[in-house]
Amino acid sequence: MTRAPATDPANGLLVVRPGPLTTVQDLGRRGVAHLGVPRAGALDEPALRAANRLVGNGPEAAGLETTLGGVALRALGPVVVAVTGAPSPVRVDGRAAAWGAPVAVPAGALVEVGPATAGVRGYLAVAGGVAVPAVLGSRSADLLSGLGPAPLAAGDRLPVGPPPTPGARPDLVPLPAPPAELVLRLRLGPRADWFAPAAVTRLGCDGYRVAAASNRIGLRTEGPAVARVRTGELPSEGMVLGAVQIPPDGQPVVFLADHPTTGGYPVIGVVPTADLAAAAQARPGTPLRFAPLRER
Amino acid sequence: MTAPATVRRVGERSLLVELADEAAVAALYGWLRERQAGEAPGALDAVEEIVPAARTVLLDGVADIDAVTALLRTARPTAAAATSGPPVEVPTVYDGADLAEVATLWGVSEEAAVRIHTSPAYVVAFCGFAPGFGYLTGLPPRYGVPRRATPRSAVPAGSVALAGPYTGVYPRSSPGGWQLLGRTALTLWDTGREPAALLAPGVRVRFTAVRA
Repeated sequence: MTRAPATDPANGLLVVRPGPLTTVQDLGRRGVAHLGVPRAGALDEPALRAANRLVGNGPEAAGLETTLGGVALRALGPVVVAVTGAPSPVRVDGRAAAWGAPVAVPAGALVEVGPATAGVRGYLAVAGGVAVPAVLGSRSADLLSGLGPAPLAAGDRLPVGPPPTPGARPDLVPLPAPPAELVLRLRLGPRADWFAPAAVTRLGCDGYRVAAASNRIGLRTEGPAVARVRTGELPSEGMVLGAVQIPPDGQPVVFLADHPTTGGYPVIGVVPTADLAAAAQARPGTPLRFAPLRER
Repeated sequence: MTAPATVRRVGERSLLVELADEAAVAALYGWLRERQAGEAPGALDAVEEIVPAARTVLLDGVADIDAVTALLRTARPTAAAATSGPPVEVPTVYDGADLAEVATLWGVSEEAAVRIHTSPAYVVAFCGFAPGFGYLTGLPPRYGVPRRATPRSAVPAGSVALAGPYTGVYPRSSPGGWQLLGRTALTLWDTGREPAALLAPGVRVRFTAVRA
């Protein structure tokens, strides 16, 4: 049996309104993909890291990832929070508070993150981190396989870890704006040879948009179908973060944090991790272009 | 055993090794795991994931792509590295909803079908679909069966099932299109247990028939 983490029950957060989809996320799981366990973790990892820096946490601390609609939490004890990612109004007991900066919240106060004014995913870090029990080395919710804590529901009580020792803490961190147009670089392979060269070139042109069916598993796109030159089935093979899979309908899917560990549709190329934060913030309808990298 | 046929670059930090058959996958996977856990892991020390699949081994989160590529090109895994540890016994009640259909596909009685399924020494080739869901090889190719035309919306946890060349055991209730032979009371997947997955890649497995 694992012992409960050392948390002060007086210092938790009570979920008042969970928003459309709010999950606990850290940097995700590593070393268990061979068991069929997705990596999970924050979709916009730089934004979670920034929020953690603002409240003095280490990079491994878990925070909350909101989706479009924000979240409302009651602080059961005094806490310091910071909200980053998709820009949104922040209120403490109804009064406007700073976005993208540390905010001291007195015990009993209501912290409200409003609907995102741009982008999709917001991150709320709390000094000490959200201290739900770790599963296979991570506190992240994995929505593909159901590992980790379930998405927040009203009435949930989230434990908060002991506050970090005060140290150098930035007041401001650089936070990129959500993209008006999404450009995803693409390193071709491992299965680019399943597609006509013209189809690869086509991916680099305008005409794609972010589809509404996008989620934590993948950024779905709609646009010109990418046609195969090879038929037949590809035996299931290992999948990576950022892999662009082409399913039979020819509409590219960019694998995000909750992607399956293996898959049987050919991967035409892989989007560098550095470009995935913008993908996590692109709303449905955002114009999208792939930029194939010609190297090696 | 010969060197891997092809090492393909996947994105910035991953390599995909293509191999001739499942035996070569098992041998390379076992060799990589053993070396990574050993005294001199070298460049494998900074590899986050090693993921076997049907005809490939993926190495993900590779810090030194060139060094690992060179290592893969010179790797000479032997079959001895393919499996590890004692076999896991899966006591199975063979009363699955598709047992009769599978027996018909094989052209044998249900009793003979159970004997056929309990005979081979299986090995977990790879995992996927769900945490702890192993794709087990070992059944002779002539006993391969198609997936069901219409998947079930809920297959109970512990269901022992067949599809294509593989046998699998559902670690938890989920939708599924595999042919159900029976069920086991074993807990296949438990994140509070070490190891969490009973059927991890390289593990040998035997099925035994038990009464309900």
